[in-house]
Amino acid sequence: MTRPAISFVVNGAPVELEVDDRTTLGEALRDKLHLTGTHLACEHGVCGACTVIVNGMAVRSCLTLAVQAEGAEIVTVEGLASERGLSPLQAAFRRHHAVQCGFCTPGILTTMHALLTHEPDADEARIRDVLSGNLCRCTGYNSIVEAVLDARESYRQAKQ
Amino acid sequence: MKLAPLTYVRPRSLADAIACLAEHDGEAKLLSGGQSLMPLLALRLAAARVLVDLAGVPGLDRIEATPAHLQIGARVRWHDIETNRLLKTAHPLLVAAVAHVAHYQIRNRGTVGGSLAHADSAAELPAVAVACDGVVVVEGPRGERRIPANAFFHGPLTTDLASDEVITALHLPPWPAGRRFVFEEFARRRGDFALAGVIAHYDAVSDRFRNARVAGFGIADKPVRLTEIETALEGQPLAPEAVERACRAAEHTVAGFDDLQADARYRKALFVTLLRRGLERTLLEKSP
Repeated sequence: MTRPAISFVVNGAPVELEVDDRTTLGEALRDKLHLTGTHLACEHGVCGACTVIVNGMAVRSCLTLAVQAEGAEIVTVEGLASERGLSPLQAAFRRHHAVQCGFCTPGILTTMHALLTHEPDADEARIRDVLSGNLCRCTGYNSIVEAVLDARESYRQAKQ
Repeated sequence: MKLAPLTYVRPRSLADAIACLAEHDGEAKLLSGGQSLMPLLALRLAAARVLVDLAGVPGLDRIEATPAHLQIGARVRWHDIETNRLLKTAHPLLVAAVAHVAHYQIRNRGTVGGSLAHADSAAELPAVAVACDGVVVVEGPRGERRIPANAFFHGPLTTDLASDEVITALHLPPWPAGRRFVFEEFARRRGDFALAGVIAHYDAVSDRFRNARVAGFGIADKPVRLTEIETALEGQPLAPEAVERACRAAEHTVAGFDDLQADARYRKALFVTLLRRGLERTLLEKSP
């Protein structure tokens, strides 16, 4: 099905692309825009690896069609770090060794970035509840939780 | 895990959406949050030539909560319910139930209308609708229909909705202040569909159970109201003996079912345990 190109903003840059209607947002980001930090794994909304931020909300990019993102502002894992280096959340993940094989990491970073942006005071129970939507097959959840707890302070300061 | 080829349309009005469904006569499916439909399409368990996205239809994302009237628009997302201040007192049971729906990212997109239309027998919202005398408001070429929840759900993933009708809202009767409720479910992993779940509510009048309502989900092919358990509670003193009466009634009336996740006996045992746990907790609440 051909259609007019769709346009949205990814990591601050406006993009325009042509996709089949059936293309998921995750596929479009990876295959058309070569933003391969977003990982597609289960592709039916169970694992959370493909999580990106659409208009400020963490969503599963495998359960969103690219055409649904028309006009949206999207942040992928590539959009978290700046020229100055890792984001405070990413730096906390490194400090706490919150990465093992790393496959689930992009989805967890985007999810937790969205969470702490909205709820910089999220407690451990809330963090664990939200983290339940992201599967880590290495099961390294404790260090992930510690890293997220540690990163809260920088989100609190950013909100002030 | 790829969707079959399809055409995506985004009508700008409810009338256009209905016309689009009618034009494609059973070959079109409505897309709301997509959190149930997209997996079905990706797994090829459902097929659609045309996806009719409701995102461009105005007016479906409203929450109307006054003491006399409670209506939740079909495009209202779980996140909207979780963060709505009015609903915390206007319908605390609904808010408690939504906290159990799937995961954070899903709750950011999944919608009320989508859950009702999908009609998973273990889903939370259809069970709330049945337990609370909800009315599903739908619009189609023949006009509006208001369908009581207990008639709306026919069976697994099957409802009264015609292929050219759109759910516009869920209407819930007002929730009296002080009403006590139980929402308990058991899932193996946080956010999974429940293997069994209990909803109950009652008014504590003169230290007795009044207007007792009990419903179950995940224990049959659709959410079910359990009148035998209600009868066992109705008029009884607020005491552990009444809870035991309810549990004995549940042993008689709940059959459960077998599938790959659990067998009928286990589902029934879960239901009775959840019912007992939930009702006992409500006995500790102070009357207003």
